[in-house]
Amino acid sequence: MMNDRVELPTDIIKSLYLTMLRIRVFEERVGELVEAGEIKTPCHLYIGQEAVAAGVCAVLDREDYVWGGHRSHGHYLAKGGDLLAMMAEIYGKATGCSKGRGGSMHLVAPDCGMFGTVPLVAATIPLAVGAGLASKLRGDRRVSVSFFGDGATEEGHFHESMNLAAHYKLPVIFVCENNFYASHMSLAERRAEDNITKSGDAHGIPGVVIDGNDVAAVYESARQAVACARQGEGPTLLECRTYRWRGHVGPSWDMDVGIKRKDELKDWLPKDPVKRVREYLLGMGLSPLTFGEMERKVRGEVEAALEFARDSPYPDSSDLLAHLFVSENGAT
Amino acid sequence: MRYLTYARAIQEAHAQLLETDSRVFLIGQGLWSPWYAGTSLQDIDREFGRHRVLDSPVSENATTGAAIGAAIVGMRPIVFHPRMDFMLLAIDPIVNQAANWSYLFGGQVGVPVVIRSVINRGGEQGAQHSQALQAMFTHVPGLKVVMPATPYDAKGLLVAAVYDGNPVMYIDDRWLYRETGEVPEELYSVPIGKAVVRREGKDVTVVAISWMAREALSAAGLLQTEGIDAEVIDLRSLKPLDEAMIIESVKKTGKLVIADGGWKTCGIAAEIAALASTHAFEYLKAPILRVTLPDCPAPMSSALEDCYYPKAADVVMAVRQVIGAAVVR
Repeated sequence: MMNDRVELPTDIIKSLYLTMLRIRVFEERVGELVEAGEIKTPCHLYIGQEAVAAGVCAVLDREDYVWGGHRSHGHYLAKGGDLLAMMAEIYGKATGCSKGRGGSMHLVAPDCGMFGTVPLVAATIPLAVGAGLASKLRGDRRVSVSFFGDGATEEGHFHESMNLAAHYKLPVIFVCENNFYASHMSLAERRAEDNITKSGDAHGIPGVVIDGNDVAAVYESARQAVACARQGEGPTLLECRTYRWRGHVGPSWDMDVGIKRKDELKDWLPKDPVKRVREYLLGMGLSPLTFGEMERKVRGEVEAALEFARDSPYPDSSDLLAHLFVSENGAT
Repeated sequence: MRYLTYARAIQEAHAQLLETDSRVFLIGQGLWSPWYAGTSLQDIDREFGRHRVLDSPVSENATTGAAIGAAIVGMRPIVFHPRMDFMLLAIDPIVNQAANWSYLFGGQVGVPVVIRSVINRGGEQGAQHSQALQAMFTHVPGLKVVMPATPYDAKGLLVAAVYDGNPVMYIDDRWLYRETGEVPEELYSVPIGKAVVRREGKDVTVVAISWMAREALSAAGLLQTEGIDAEVIDLRSLKPLDEAMIIESVKKTGKLVIADGGWKTCGIAAEIAALASTHAFEYLKAPILRVTLPDCPAPMSSALEDCYYPKAADVVMAVRQVIGAAVVR
């Protein structure tokens, strides 16, 4: 069921669904290929969290900034990154978005405001603040969105960055995707209290707790936060509560971690964010045929990307040292 | 020609960069206070506004990371760390992020950031207000490292660093702030990666860095009275290293002393020694000697400080030792 407090036009919901479906299908396919041993780079799957990336990115303009971490396939796709280039990157190919230097954990799509995702926990939070600072200095009204997990809120980066962004009133949206796990440790094993948004209070940043599996709720909260940021009212902290279905890395269900992982999965699987939107749209009268078409379209895209990745060449060994520096005019 | 102090030359570079390029801004601690920056940033905030000269919260990590983020999206920030020791709190953004970014993303996203830190030692400040950590940063692929020894280079290298397009560690030395030298009034660059021969000589090569370049020149003056003709190379850039100039000089003199104000183990001096032995082995007539800090934290008591920091006299002794040990080839 969708959040009854938020009503969005059906075409927006439909477009959100398509984004979420694209992420889901992509991630499941990647998971299979990891299991089959064809993909070797560590892949941190986003399955179960699709509503967050889809909801937030839908309210951004193409030139707005998005920063991510190790689990950023979803952010990349939701912000408009090229699916072929990401699959090729995961395959370590020269045609990849990072030319085979990055892999799953280092994605980039500069033409749609994504200037790099990296797996050092919390590392891109201060970078996102810096992009917000650049935006303020230039007066170009771009907003900067920082996606990070609950584990990142335990790093100093997070607290220093929130103070800086609040103090300078920067157009930054801090999006904490609380999936209740940092690697193998559940939230309860790492924190005295389940109170992430209170960190925002300490810095004068409004914190909003959102059902992160409800794409309409995410969309609406993000829309409000972006509007504040664009008007110069400073940052917002959104805590999107969701759940990591699969292991920290790879496709396994990771039953041996946390305190009561099995029970948690039993609670969370029925809250599947993709299924939730589908049921809502069915209720709104969208025909099952349309869903079939959407699914075929997305599967086709993913298979085409896979073919592209498989057929692409590896980087040339003579290019090992290329790109260490950019030249003054930007070339390497 | 006009004379300026080293600190004033740095100040003028900042002023002219801010004046001529709207992408340039400053962030870091102590930007509004002469206590931290001496005259090297005097009145910069008043002249260009505190919105572009951001004296920051006590958050080395976030301010450095923010500068890197701003650089990634097209600004030309200069981050200021008034003491190098404190910059270690920003090691993740510098080493993991700025240094890796271009390579990681296939050269599509550069990080045109200047990370300026000051070596500020002596005066019984002790171990955590004294460090010279240039070797740590020179070790990391993707960073450039410059250490000017003269007012001319202090200005020109800062300008070059801002326009380089890549992360540049600009390390200046508080002990040099009152040194004076010729500095052109206009904006100019000193090329990164080029050393300079400060004194030509035929008997021994002394490669020196920053403050030690000054000490090496004093040493060369003393050695002249003993009939030893030392060539002094001021390295200026630690990375990229001007390998050609060092090798050429060592081939000429056959003897090498390296003077660096950092620690000995895995330091710049060790790297230069390896370079010489690899590329000029058949020309070497004596063991290569290093004049560095001992492998020990900075002491507090001035009685210990006096013997901790290397000086011209240490360079003189090392050169004498090298000359004495030389064999005929």
